[in-house]
Amino acid sequence: MKIRTAIVVGASSGIGAGLVSALAARGTTVAAIARRKSSLQALADSCGGRSNQAQGQASVIVREHDVLDLDDAPIAFDEVVEALGGSVDLVIYSAGVMPEVEEGEYNTAKDRNIVEVNLTGAIAWLNLAAAHMESRGAGTLVGISSVAGDRGRRGNPVYTAAKAGLTTYLEALRNRMSRYGVHVVTVKPGPVETDMTRGTAQPLMIPVDRCVRGILAAVDRGCPMTTYIPGVWRSIMTIIRLVPSAVFRRTNI
Amino acid sequence: MASSLRTLPRRVFEGFGYSTRSESVFAVPETVDELMQIYARASEESIPIHHRGSGRSYGDAAMNGGGLILDMRRMNRLLDFDPEEGIVETEPGFTIEDLWNCVLPHGYWPTVVPGTMFPTLGGCAAMNIHGKNHPQQGGFGDAIVDADLVTPRGELIRISPDENKELFRAAVSGFGMLGTLTRIKLRTKRVGSGSLEVRQKPAASLREQFEIFEEHADQCDYIVGWVDCIHGGSEVGRGQVHLANYLESGPKALGLDLDEQALPASIMGVPVGMVGIVLPLMQHNPGMLVANWAKYLASRLSSQRPYTQSHVAFHFLLDYVPGFRDAYRPGGFIQYQPFIPREHALRVLEEILRRTQRRGLVSYLGVLKRYRPDEFLLSHALDGYSLAMDIPVTRSNRAELFALCGELSDLVLEAGGKFYPAKDSAMRPQDFLRSYGYDAVERFQEIRREVDPQRIVRSDFSERVGLESD
Repeated sequence: MKIRTAIVVGASSGIGAGLVSALAARGTTVAAIARRKSSLQALADSCGGRSNQAQGQASVIVREHDVLDLDDAPIAFDEVVEALGGSVDLVIYSAGVMPEVEEGEYNTAKDRNIVEVNLTGAIAWLNLAAAHMESRGAGTLVGISSVAGDRGRRGNPVYTAAKAGLTTYLEALRNRMSRYGVHVVTVKPGPVETDMTRGTAQPLMIPVDRCVRGILAAVDRGCPMTTYIPGVWRSIMTIIRLVPSAVFRRTNI
Repeated sequence: MASSLRTLPRRVFEGFGYSTRSESVFAVPETVDELMQIYARASEESIPIHHRGSGRSYGDAAMNGGGLILDMRRMNRLLDFDPEEGIVETEPGFTIEDLWNCVLPHGYWPTVVPGTMFPTLGGCAAMNIHGKNHPQQGGFGDAIVDADLVTPRGELIRISPDENKELFRAAVSGFGMLGTLTRIKLRTKRVGSGSLEVRQKPAASLREQFEIFEEHADQCDYIVGWVDCIHGGSEVGRGQVHLANYLESGPKALGLDLDEQALPASIMGVPVGMVGIVLPLMQHNPGMLVANWAKYLASRLSSQRPYTQSHVAFHFLLDYVPGFRDAYRPGGFIQYQPFIPREHALRVLEEILRRTQRRGLVSYLGVLKRYRPDEFLLSHALDGYSLAMDIPVTRSNRAELFALCGELSDLVLEAGGKFYPAKDSAMRPQDFLRSYGYDAVERFQEIRREVDPQRIVRSDFSERVGLESD
């Protein structure tokens, strides 16, 4: 299916910003949603320079929104859907935070923020998109989960729990919506070079544009599946998931 | 209340036939004040509103994609009941089930009930629903003593056959477009027992069904025909007619206790619990051919002696097997129900059955009923007949089915026929105009402009039939 319109939530940096640029370059009209209006505007300007703004058509619409503000989500959603011409073909939730958690740190306020940005915000936006797409009988939903959600890790308990929650939520959405012709894609990237991973040494780290290409390839295939990026993570995580807990807890993974 | 109506919870709503869906936010008002606040907010925020009761409209009449649905089921209080006169006063979310539960122990039964007991009285009034006794009792609206209408402008207006008469005639049959009926005062009918005496007469063709209707309609309290829509040839439209009369109390009759009004435990010999399992296996053209044959043969072979049946068992066929609709998923079904003047009904209905059979788009269940004309503005009633047909929708037949409906509707409308919003999924704007008449539709729109100048109330149905495009 041709993707004419898209919404990217968490668009001001990292994978989200990369997705906005890549989609705009393909001729998709994109609504870019993020908290930081200035970076959004810069992104929109950079996209406008080299795409269909030449034909007098805005290729990127921006809307300031904080994913912690659940009351604003439906208002923002309705606003951008109207600006996109009344319907949206692709919605990607890519907002996420992964603050460092120290050994011995049990900070509920911090943890709550992790859950709200990574999981609650995703549920708010993807619920809105799901109702929109289920009633139209078409569309694709994408959630950026993580390989981190495949095991509970000692280094960041709540981040891994939130991503596991997101993975299961996306699977449930897929099971619920496939009969109405709506695709749900779960993306599980390994480490990607973004602000989130800056200054950390991570195995198999990939640049943002490689991750973006992987996501859009999965969307284009229309396969209602989980996609690991890069694909080698599927094999790695299959093995890691099989490691018995008694062994896993002795590691530093 | 929420900071904006847009932040209210939202969901995908479906028609009763599962073949149409749209997404809306929804609110569940519990009082007239809350309702009025929602109207005021909707007008400020320019969000379209529409009502939904129990969601028993087959098509898109209780849907409002992109707008706000007023879920009326919590405004369901009984306001007053006069056991001397059998007059009931209720809020609009009170259901037909609530109603007969309220009145039967005192020796009354609703004058008009549909084929299911779950619709709300607000929905019944807005649609001016009919039962199996239209020639005898008219529609639901004919039993209304008076009502309160909250208009989208925020006025509360008392309407009745005498007071604000024109608004009454337009709001009843106006499928909720003129505002919310917040109070309904209704007459019910005296009955002597909890039972009906039912006779069934087999009919070897549609012509025979009509002969039975013409001979008996004015001598019985209820009359309804079951039509085999699959069998063709000279016996097209064969089936059986059920005639029923209220039974006075006596040894054969049930008393007025509610617990005697249970739904039967089996249907055509299959236990109700099993029907949901058996039905999906039968729900295709060959399966339904066999089922219709079996039903017809059974009616020919069985004795024609009258038998007694409880009110509930006679009326609420759709409630026997609550899951019957699931067998139609995922495509759902539409109910196509043309209303045709008496002089043309036989010819046009035979032609409709033949055309559906030729295309292989047959109805699995056909129900024939008789009507008399009434005074309501957008009334579907006329001196004639209707045949209700349930036709499955699939991804592959959808376009062809709606094309066929268009073709059939031309036949119906040329004969002076009509359609009915509570059932309809297929009317096009030109069909709506021809069905109710240009003048009536124009007058309806004028009244709408008076009570709803900002046009806050709209529905997927009103959009489809062209009421929003002037």
